[in-house]
Amino acid sequence: MAIDFKPSGADLELIDVRKEFPGFVALEDMDLHIPAGEFFALLGPSGCGKTTTLRIVAGLEEQTTGQVLIGGKDVSGTKPHQRPVNTVFQSYALFPHMTILENVAFGLRQRKVEDPLKKAMDALNLVELGYAAQRRPQQLSGGQQQRVALARALVNRPALLLLDEPLGALDLKLRRQMQIELKAIQMEVGLTFLHVTHDQEEAMDMADTVAVMNKGRIEQMGAPESLYDRPKTAFVAKFLGQSNLFVGNVVDSNAASVSIEVGGHKITAPKNRAEKHTGKICIGVRPEKATFHRSAPKLGADHVVVGPGEIIDIRFTGVSNQYLIDIPNIGEVTVFAQNVGISPVVELGEKVWVSWKVEHSFGLADLPAGNEEE
Amino acid sequence: MAFAAFGNSSATEHKGPTKSGGIVLALLMPGLIYLGLFFFTPLFSLIITSLEAPAETGGIGEYVYAFNVENYSYVVQNYLPQIIRSFYYATVATVAALLISYPLAYFIGVKLRNRPLLKSLMLTLVIAPFFISFLLRTIAWKSIFSDGGAVMQLVYNLGLMKPSEHFLGSDFAVIFGLTYNFIPFMTLPLYTTLERFDVRLLEAGADLYANPYKVFTKVTLPITTPGIISGTLLVFIPIAGDYVNASRDFLGSAKTSMIGTMVESDFLQNWDYPSASALSVLLMAVIVILVATYVRSAGTEDLL
Amino acid sequence: MKRFSIGKLTLPVYSVLAIAFMLIPIVYTIVFSFNNSNRGNTTWKGFTFDKWLGVCNRPDVCDALGNSLLIGGVSTLIATILGTALAIGLVRYKFKARALVNLALFLPMATPEVVLGAGLAGLFFNLSFAPGLLTVIIAHVMFCLSFVVVTVKARVQTLDPVLEEAGRDLYANPNQVFWKITFPLLLPGIVSAALLAFSLSFDDFIITYFNSGEVTTFPKFIYVAAARGVPAEANVIASAVFLATILLVLIVQINGAIKRKRMLKNK
Repeated sequence: MAIDFKPSGADLELIDVRKEFPGFVALEDMDLHIPAGEFFALLGPSGCGKTTTLRIVAGLEEQTTGQVLIGGKDVSGTKPHQRPVNTVFQSYALFPHMTILENVAFGLRQRKVEDPLKKAMDALNLVELGYAAQRRPQQLSGGQQQRVALARALVNRPALLLLDEPLGALDLKLRRQMQIELKAIQMEVGLTFLHVTHDQEEAMDMADTVAVMNKGRIEQMGAPESLYDRPKTAFVAKFLGQSNLFVGNVVDSNAASVSIEVGGHKITAPKNRAEKHTGKICIGVRPEKATFHRSAPKLGADHVVVGPGEIIDIRFTGVSNQYLIDIPNIGEVTVFAQNVGISPVVELGEKVWVSWKVEHSFGLADLPAGNEEE
Repeated sequence: MAFAAFGNSSATEHKGPTKSGGIVLALLMPGLIYLGLFFFTPLFSLIITSLEAPAETGGIGEYVYAFNVENYSYVVQNYLPQIIRSFYYATVATVAALLISYPLAYFIGVKLRNRPLLKSLMLTLVIAPFFISFLLRTIAWKSIFSDGGAVMQLVYNLGLMKPSEHFLGSDFAVIFGLTYNFIPFMTLPLYTTLERFDVRLLEAGADLYANPYKVFTKVTLPITTPGIISGTLLVFIPIAGDYVNASRDFLGSAKTSMIGTMVESDFLQNWDYPSASALSVLLMAVIVILVATYVRSAGTEDLL
Repeated sequence: MKRFSIGKLTLPVYSVLAIAFMLIPIVYTIVFSFNNSNRGNTTWKGFTFDKWLGVCNRPDVCDALGNSLLIGGVSTLIATILGTALAIGLVRYKFKARALVNLALFLPMATPEVVLGAGLAGLFFNLSFAPGLLTVIIAHVMFCLSFVVVTVKARVQTLDPVLEEAGRDLYANPNQVFWKITFPLLLPGIVSAALLAFSLSFDDFIITYFNSGEVTTFPKFIYVAAARGVPAEANVIASAVFLATILLVLIVQINGAIKRKRMLKNK
């Protein structure tokens, strides 16, 4: 079998890929294109189908229908060992009966590559573990094992590197450090990385493109900044960071903006930041974009103002304070305020107004659960 | 250990491929065919033989199939003392083995947890009897407890037994031998469950106002029940069918014969195959019923 | 405080005594392998190495040992192969009849030896199949099989299927995955299953007695000899087997403990 190894990664294409397990559908007709050399993250809660996607690409699972193309070549129906793809497993899956060096050389030996031990040693040096070549996996720490798993996959120069929550088992500090290293290695080797994770910070920090998955479907895909700035569905708005969401009927719509009425307040979003412009829609804002006032603010039409409400909870989280404000007829609104030395500026139970700039509002294509249209 | 291994397999389930029927058949069939031929067929053959009657024209040891259910009433009437004795011995010896083994298994599995070398040494000594013929070990006890031996002299001198009484050949001697021979079979499964026992639960129990006795009965004992179940089964079943300890050449006498003694003599000496088979089927039936009720009442139905 | 320390000593002291009790007949057997006895071996007649140096002066003892080793070796080989396949099939594949297969494997372990022995002997008798070496081996494979399955199964259950997936991902075909990953990882389990099967076979008496005809194994020799007195040569063989095994086990365990310690240090 001839495996086509691209020196700098290949693009990956999924066409109408569907995966059914007995009793449920794990993937619903997924279409996806990842350009060569990109760091792509699949982000979603457990059970959303992201790991299934990865396993289908690796060949460890077979799709029910649809096609998988790597570098333009249809690999559907081929076995994992016939695909130019390597995986860094969540549990690392290092072979306990082999030394670190033999682990890394395994793929090279199977493919009868010349001088496997030297190449394996080079790969170990790349992840700065050359000194541990003769040790067994059990003798390494979690972070070291993770790097061995990475070297074992990278040494094969696969067209596509699959990362299945590779940092999930590490503690927070080590995880951040490995994120930086992983990103640096990707830049260095220039391979296509497909990274599966449920950690939104990790995905946004590392990936060029993030696809948010939910219930076997990609909800939204794009650069991390644009995903965060303009979530298009309630799921993305809630899963990627926090959001205040307001649901109401459109009462005013002009060329520039669209407004809904909620509990006697008018909440406005720019038209080009709203997916829907008629009927019952949902408008949201990020908590850090909102501020609060101790007296009714006099602001122009470029601001949304709601209130007064009562502060019912204050949380100190270090860099910011999180305020929970209960506004009659609207509900609870969260506001983050930077900790700049003068907080908390208000007391629990105090009466406040909340405002934000209209340009920070976003309008969703759907409604949050429990607000379905009648 | 052995019995538990067939139990909660669903807990450690791996998500394996569900199809690939060909591979499964190739893996399972040779072993299952073997069991079918040499375990289930013999059991079936035992049942058939147990219903045979003497051939009218034949000599000793020749029988024909006759659906002769009377074989069963015959063996029950004739061998009732042996049947009762077998289960009596098995019950007493199993309880004794459990009482002796539990503290030992607890010590090795819990107290020696942080002393791996000492722990494996103790474990080796527990299984050491497996490495030397149990027949010879039983004969060793016979010599040690022989009437002229130093041990019995001491017993007589202390007045624990009258000089006219003998230890060998008594019920007690047989139960002693059975208990001794099967202690490792009890200790090992107990050790396996106790080794995994989370000692922090003891602290939690004590923290929640339970005294050591309560902690033991409410926490330790229930958690180690699987080990107790597999241990008692592993010990009770072979004892019920054993006849070596009870043999007059070992620790028993004519008055300690068990079911196995009768099966052996009927089968190998008297060539009374129907009786031997009926007695075997009866023993098997009683054990299957006992195991089923025991396992059910103990609450680990998934054992089978 | 003092009362407390006595309580703490109870369990260790008890355990040492219990183990000492377990060892009494073993020590007795070994000591009497040096007994300068003629026929019976029940009373101490003085120390001698003669029995050790001339075990095969009693050819019947040596023949019995030879038979036991042969039967043990062949039965172990067959039972280990069949049992390992069964264990892998049972753990790795889902199929409807799995509960039934588990039950079928459990039953031989829950059947008293005398029933197994009489059942097989009856079958061979009904088929007019003469008992001998072959029938003993057939019987031994049968009762060892379930124990092999249990032992290997435990090992298969601890084997993470992701390791095999990693092998497939790293360009190993199914055949290579089995021999380079699955098999080496299962090997410790397979070896201990084989050792268990061998010791079960080597020490079996009841089933052998029913199915051996003229063939004498080591336990059968002792049983038959017990009526007249077991010769010291039997003690020699049993002691030699015992000492060799225990030495092996100790070496393996101490080696393992040292390795574990070193591993922790390196970490």
